[in-house]
Amino acid sequence: MSPRAQAASGAPGGGPGSNGLEQLLAAKEIAVFCGSGGVGKTSVAAASALGAVSRLGGKVLVLTIDPARRLATALGLDGVGNLARRVPADLLKAAGVDDRGELYAAMLDTKQSWDELVMRHAPDEETAYRILENRLYANLTARFVQSHDYIAMERLYELHQSGEYDLIIVDTPPTRNAADFLEAPKRMADFFGGRLLRWLTLPYRVGGRRGSRVLNVASRPFYQVADRVLGSQFLEDIAEFFLNFQSMYDGFSARAKAVERLLHDRRTTFAVVTTLEAAPLHEAENFCERLDAGRFHLGALVLNRTLPDSLLSPEGDRAASRFSDDAPAVAAQLARLVGSEHASLNDEVRTARVLRTVGESFHNFSLVAKREAELRAELTRRPEVVARVPSFDDEITDLTGLMRVGRALFGDEP
Amino acid sequence: MGPAPEILGRRLLFFTGKGGVGKSTMAAATAMLAADRGRRVLLVDVDGKGDLATLFEHTPVGFRPVQVHPGVLAMSMDTEASLQEYLRLNLKVPVLGRLGPLARVLDFVATAAPGVKEILTIGKICWEVREAIAGRADFDLVVVDASASGHVVAQLGAPAAIQELVDVGPVRSQTDWLVELLSDPEITGVNVVTTPEEMPVAETIELVARLRAEVSTPLATVIVNRVLPELFTVADEETFTAMREPAVTAALTEISGPGTTAVLDGARLAVSLRRTGATHLTELREKVDLPLLYVPYLFARVQGRRVLRMVADALGEELGL
Repeated sequence: MSPRAQAASGAPGGGPGSNGLEQLLAAKEIAVFCGSGGVGKTSVAAASALGAVSRLGGKVLVLTIDPARRLATALGLDGVGNLARRVPADLLKAAGVDDRGELYAAMLDTKQSWDELVMRHAPDEETAYRILENRLYANLTARFVQSHDYIAMERLYELHQSGEYDLIIVDTPPTRNAADFLEAPKRMADFFGGRLLRWLTLPYRVGGRRGSRVLNVASRPFYQVADRVLGSQFLEDIAEFFLNFQSMYDGFSARAKAVERLLHDRRTTFAVVTTLEAAPLHEAENFCERLDAGRFHLGALVLNRTLPDSLLSPEGDRAASRFSDDAPAVAAQLARLVGSEHASLNDEVRTARVLRTVGESFHNFSLVAKREAELRAELTRRPEVVARVPSFDDEITDLTGLMRVGRALFGDEP
Repeated sequence: MGPAPEILGRRLLFFTGKGGVGKSTMAAATAMLAADRGRRVLLVDVDGKGDLATLFEHTPVGFRPVQVHPGVLAMSMDTEASLQEYLRLNLKVPVLGRLGPLARVLDFVATAAPGVKEILTIGKICWEVREAIAGRADFDLVVVDASASGHVVAQLGAPAAIQELVDVGPVRSQTDWLVELLSDPEITGVNVVTTPEEMPVAETIELVARLRAEVSTPLATVIVNRVLPELFTVADEETFTAMREPAVTAALTEISGPGTTAVLDGARLAVSLRRTGATHLTELREKVDLPLLYVPYLFARVQGRRVLRMVADALGEELGL
């Protein structure tokens, strides 16, 4: 049995502390990582991909949206557009990744993806270019934030269709609402199939190709107001754009529906990433609810950058109190015990100051750790896999760091 | 260090930054700080979830301003309500009632032409500021919890973008005063909130550059949130390093009990987290030519008004108040 099949069949693949993430990824073809901004989603997605390659082998692709520069460099993504690039095998080897599979990385270029989509679905080249050159189109693709939502899912669909990868891991775009992209394909399909679009473009469709209006239609209240508010040229631009865009309707809406089906497919799972802070956690819980309500598969919850449990230990608390409350006495005893070998510890005033600082710092961080533990206890929705990744001393900026994240993520370390 | 930046004397303050850095907290704390000093504040939640009020332990608010704290009114932006208000005030169209579902029309137009929702947002804000300046409002300062980095440029740039797109009509003629108000450093200031982490700092540097290049709205400050304290001086750190030598840790454990290792590990984590943050702060200082305000990481167990008070005090201190 291949490692992939073995893990999927439930045979023990990971270490003793394995938390089921490995089995989950082995059984799926797509894993979508989502969560609110600033929770370390990109690193967690990349670490999962690296872990999957190392543990399961096969061809794994991580599709990332906006990685930090050093992480992009680590994945070999410098200046890469839409193309998937293979992460060099020697880099993986150097980071201690088992030589089982191939890791690919791709970044999302929104503008390029839209252009490709238009070229594919336009009825002819002329229409395609008319759309690409429309000033509203430039606006739509370059400045319209939400277009990220749809295009990321569209791109995912295409990569999955290519059949080249055993597993695709997706880092979702930062949206105002972490769950917006779930509905993006449906919104897109509704939009192009909508009555509103037909209604709004009516005077132009009746009046012929470019804007010669039929007065009795254009004199309806809506057009009057729209003209007065926006100026007629503007409305004409919109109409022309959408008339052209509508020519792509069939291809486009079929595609949006296919994308939606893929997100609901049993081969797709979702992983929600959050830190144990009130706001991101609240958003994560909302997101879990949306996934459940929309009948998506919620496979994992990743608690990222948590403080170590040692901050909660009563013994630590006692020692810290001793440090901060009894600093001079502790300093004096320490000098007596080890002062002869460690000259710096003979400065009892300084030692006492350091002890106090260390003790206070422990109490400070312990307070935060308690808050985290409370929030963790209040979690209402616990999917099959709940992974916890600690706050590391150093930032994760290279493959070795991602492997460290991976060990915690896959539950190798208790 | 130069003199403390003066931001509370203005009329319109925006707070933006990468998602998750605490810009809502900074906007709310600034509102509280200003109210403490006798200003009457309108606090606007642009992303419209209404959650901003919960920072004051108040239930979520809607489009109509509600007092959430003495001297602080809060409202949540709603572009449809804003459009209705605009049409009512400016057009006096008799057929308004027959317009049909405004929300759907608005969605359509906004999807077609980004800039429409943005202008409704920014237009409403500026209108309130103009009312405040004229003394016709219940407040004299507008504090905006604005959208995150990418989107705020589109919002602040919306009036100018509309000028380009729309050639005639009342919208066009309205944009001139908006641009003027948004460009006046006596009136308006943008504050970028960040944390001492890689991505937020990178995004702040980029955002500051974009705002300078693409819009005329003056930048006021960069607020660095969640700054960890420096634990040790160089000499003290030597002592700490000595404590972590196995023999010394063993001796300390003998004195203070078995929790000693956990305590020393905790301090080591604190030191390295602080150190990582410091490298990002250095980069920020080198690349951003704006006054930086530092708000310490709050080791608090709770949220709400008390935390807001702590942040407001920290901001006040940074502003030399």
